[in-house]
Amino acid sequence: MPAQAAINPATKHPSRRRGFLIAAVIATLVVITSLIYLSIDQRFVYLLVYTWFGVIYGVFLQYGRFCMASAVRDLFAVGVPRMAVGVLIAVILYAIISALIQQAGFNTFHAHPLGWHIIIGGLLFGLGMVFAGGCASSSLYKTGEGNLGSVLVLFSISFSQAWLASAGGWLNHLVPASWTETAAQAQMPEELSVTDGWFDQFTAGYLWELSGTTLVDFFALPANLWSYLFGNALVVAILPALVILLLLYTFNYRKIYIRNRTNESGLGYELRGVWSMFTQSRNTAIAGLGLGIFAGLQMLVTGELRDHYNIFNFGELLAQMDYLDGLSIQDSVFDPGYWYITTQEAQWGGWFLQLLGVEMMDNIFFGLDNGLPNPLLNAPGMMSIGIILGAAILANITGEFKWKWPNNETVILALVGGALMGIGSRIGMGCNIGAFFATVTNGDISGWIFLAGMIVGGYIAVKGIKAWIDWRLARSGFDF
Amino acid sequence: MAIKLKETVKFEQQSDNNWLLDVKGYGCPHVQIYAEKALKKLTSGNELTLVFDNPSSGESITYLCTANGDTLLDRQEDGGTFTWKIRRA
Repeated sequence: MPAQAAINPATKHPSRRRGFLIAAVIATLVVITSLIYLSIDQRFVYLLVYTWFGVIYGVFLQYGRFCMASAVRDLFAVGVPRMAVGVLIAVILYAIISALIQQAGFNTFHAHPLGWHIIIGGLLFGLGMVFAGGCASSSLYKTGEGNLGSVLVLFSISFSQAWLASAGGWLNHLVPASWTETAAQAQMPEELSVTDGWFDQFTAGYLWELSGTTLVDFFALPANLWSYLFGNALVVAILPALVILLLLYTFNYRKIYIRNRTNESGLGYELRGVWSMFTQSRNTAIAGLGLGIFAGLQMLVTGELRDHYNIFNFGELLAQMDYLDGLSIQDSVFDPGYWYITTQEAQWGGWFLQLLGVEMMDNIFFGLDNGLPNPLLNAPGMMSIGIILGAAILANITGEFKWKWPNNETVILALVGGALMGIGSRIGMGCNIGAFFATVTNGDISGWIFLAGMIVGGYIAVKGIKAWIDWRLARSGFDF
Repeated sequence: MAIKLKETVKFEQQSDNNWLLDVKGYGCPHVQIYAEKALKKLTSGNELTLVFDNPSSGESITYLCTANGDTLLDRQEDGGTFTWKIRRA
């Protein structure tokens, strides 16, 4: 290996004590806010579970720089597989934990319907995450590092989703007649205009005609731990992840590893090489392990709370507490019970547009399924805010927090990339977490299809960005 | 709204063997791409002082140096701004 051991320790900034102080202030504010919620009604503990798990996710995401965009992009942009390796290790660990949670009876995962929309959604999402400089989850943790460009990405993800979920007008001309006919036959409440709006007709006329399944359900394997471990976890998540890891080792890392070990050979040597590749991604792998354990624990705790309050959805609890504004027709709100990113951001955008007088509840996405609760009553939304705060706590402790104002180029890329991610995540039914990470680790192959789309989109976007940089360099007179 | 590269990126020779690349304000993947291009420009033994403020880019640049055999001589951090010195292999 080259002399990376010669790196001097990072110099500590004199104001590190200030960072600790700010981190303590943020943590204290989270505690005080939690106590205020509980003093209003103890049933808000359900929402606070989301919030506190969000804080924990934020710490791990920032620690491991856990970023799907980086996993795909750095491989194509600069030949660096570090994040791809880390994410795949996280997939393996989380799949095992999901199987255990499934056996415990608290797994709230639902398989995604299989169809062409997944690869198209993944492709748009992949384009967007490379342009934006981060995926859905990393935009949250980077916001916590003080990156205001990432705030713009969140803004763009939120409003693009809200727009797509509710818009009609010229978008109706893009709807196939078959979707409209099928949607019209759906027995929907009168408040919902399901034959007006692209996304409503996509949902009722196309998505609802599809089905999705996990491997265990598809082969009707017995509902026990071994089926979950060897069916869902091993076959759907672990083996494909290992194959990709071996490909990354063979075609990328191996040439780095063998450079200083020309006299060695054999299986043990290759295995040490694979292990060396893993250790290069140590922080991301540790983050993946932490995220896996806590994402599983979140399912467990939320499941227990649902049992305790005898509810299926947080909307029922909100109704019991007389918070009726923003509930869907079914008295439900978005409440996945596990790690999720984009749908709550769509709700933020939708809630704000509704505040401006735009009708946002006459569609399936908000009106029937997810509702539009006030952001202070949006449990998954509070998880996202928790992620930002958790990342801010760690970034301040490590001295990495800095307010960063985006330049014009970054503003444009953030808005365009965020919009593509928002639209891609609605079409693909989730982001890098909901449509990829949560699916493959629960035995649903749709996530690998989404990843394939993300890789194609990411590859195209990397080529585009490199061409853009080369074009700018050629015009600038820089001698790069 | 003109976007001029020389207003946002600084790449200049400081002395015979030392170059400076300042890409503060940029996130991923711009920092990594500019760093890779700058390192390719340098001849063996030359040193690059890289200034950036996107923490996650540092992870990729570390790996990039390992892959290319370049040496990370020094890493300094000052209030979220990173100044790294890299010697070209």
